[in-house]
Amino acid sequence: MLRLAVVLLLAFMTLPTVVVVAVSFNPTAILSFPPAGLSLRWYENVLTYPQFQRAAVNSVLVTGMAVALALPAGTLAALALERGRLRGRHVWAALLLSPLVVPGVAAGLGFLILAAALGLLRSRAVLVAAHVALVLPFVVRSVWVSVRNLDPALERAAASLGATPWRAFRRVTLPLLRPGLFAGLLFAVVVSLNEFVVSLFISNRVTEILPVAMFTYVVNYTDPTIAALSSLFIAATFVVVWLADRYLDLGRVFLQR
Amino acid sequence: MSVRLLPALAVLGVFAAALAALFRWSLLEFVPGSLQPGGLTLANFRAVLAPQYLGAIRDTVVLSALTTVLTLLCAYPVAYALARTPSRRVRSLILVLTLAPFFTGAIVRTYAWVLVLGNTVVTWPVPMLFTERGVLVGLVHFSMPTMILILAAALSHIDPAYERAAASLGASPARVFRRVTLPLSMPGIVSGGLIVFAWTLSAFPTPELLGGGRVKMIANVVKDLGLDSFNWPGAAAFAMLALALTLALLTLVGRLGSERAA
Repeated sequence: MLRLAVVLLLAFMTLPTVVVVAVSFNPTAILSFPPAGLSLRWYENVLTYPQFQRAAVNSVLVTGMAVALALPAGTLAALALERGRLRGRHVWAALLLSPLVVPGVAAGLGFLILAAALGLLRSRAVLVAAHVALVLPFVVRSVWVSVRNLDPALERAAASLGATPWRAFRRVTLPLLRPGLFAGLLFAVVVSLNEFVVSLFISNRVTEILPVAMFTYVVNYTDPTIAALSSLFIAATFVVVWLADRYLDLGRVFLQR
Repeated sequence: MSVRLLPALAVLGVFAAALAALFRWSLLEFVPGSLQPGGLTLANFRAVLAPQYLGAIRDTVVLSALTTVLTLLCAYPVAYALARTPSRRVRSLILVLTLAPFFTGAIVRTYAWVLVLGNTVVTWPVPMLFTERGVLVGLVHFSMPTMILILAAALSHIDPAYERAAASLGASPARVFRRVTLPLSMPGIVSGGLIVFAWTLSAFPTPELLGGGRVKMIANVVKDLGLDSFNWPGAAAFAMLALALTLALLTLVGRLGSERAA
């Protein structure tokens, strides 16, 4: 009984993914299921559509810059939360995680108004700033878990053996934080690459990232091009989640056992 | 305060500046045909309660409540299986299938439902796409991963010995569930329910694409006013409403959590 319910519910979870992948090989612009044949023309369309090429470049740029800024900032903040002499540790922690709870439309419109006031409406800088804030909580949370499991005695040992604080940080602390850093990096990249609502408000045709370009395409066209692009996203995601589960044991991360 | 917090605080400072700009504009007068606002006014907040928007607010609350209840019902069995399966392979399979949509992004997921609900796979007996029913299906699917993870975390903290004890004392499986498992998982149900409700209140891509302009939730009104009518003050007032509702609900989650911890 339970088993049947679980199988059906997991099918409900997976159904859209299956349909998208099947439709992406549809030979005609009129959608049909199951497809009448097999064709790669929509994949070709994805790779040759100029707006997607431009958006893909923007995605890589924005995500790359945002993650490069958020990873060190979040790591330092996680170290401060666990090790620093802080009053009101919980308040600081809540503050650092707060961008997570702000509705996307509120943050998006706020950044739009701010960008207009600063004359930065055509700039990628606002997109990067917004993405840094949105991925920061994920970095802080992931790295914080690793810092908590870190034994300060190891750094003291390095110091007593003559290592400078910087050398002890580089040779002892950083390597021990690697799992948290890796998880933080993974979350930050995935969240930034998929960010849509805030980016919709603060990008234009020149600066827009892939999810925004995909949204515009879905609103204007009905052919399976987006199914092909989605399939590529889904394939990449499955590989990432599978790798993460293999090397990070997602069960431990998410169920806190 | 530690200097190591400074880079992160600089990032948060920009974020706070954006929200401050939003708050300020929600109190400025909208001048039609101009991006320059007028003087201070409360008219934008009065307009939130105007008849043409009350429908969107009512739909938002009703859809969010229905989404919360349906998601709880659908997520519980999956979370239970996830928390209790002895096999690591089954656990991994459920986790990957649960988390994959979580990682695929809103547009891909919502577009997939456009295909499913739009009579490409099966012909639905009642219209689904561009109706509240269709939006509801999309919202439940969207909320499932979060709810499953929260419930599974709560369930995995329950010692199975309690259930075994109840069973060995003669309780039927249904009774064990009703009298032992369900009450012990109540903290997860409450916080999961509140978080999903708060989240759905400001849902945007799902109602935008699956509602096709016919179903409007608060976030869709913000986008219509802000990006299509260039009425930033009016949009800002609606965005502040969404922000206030979300923060109120999540504060409640935090309160309940710390009460339990105390």
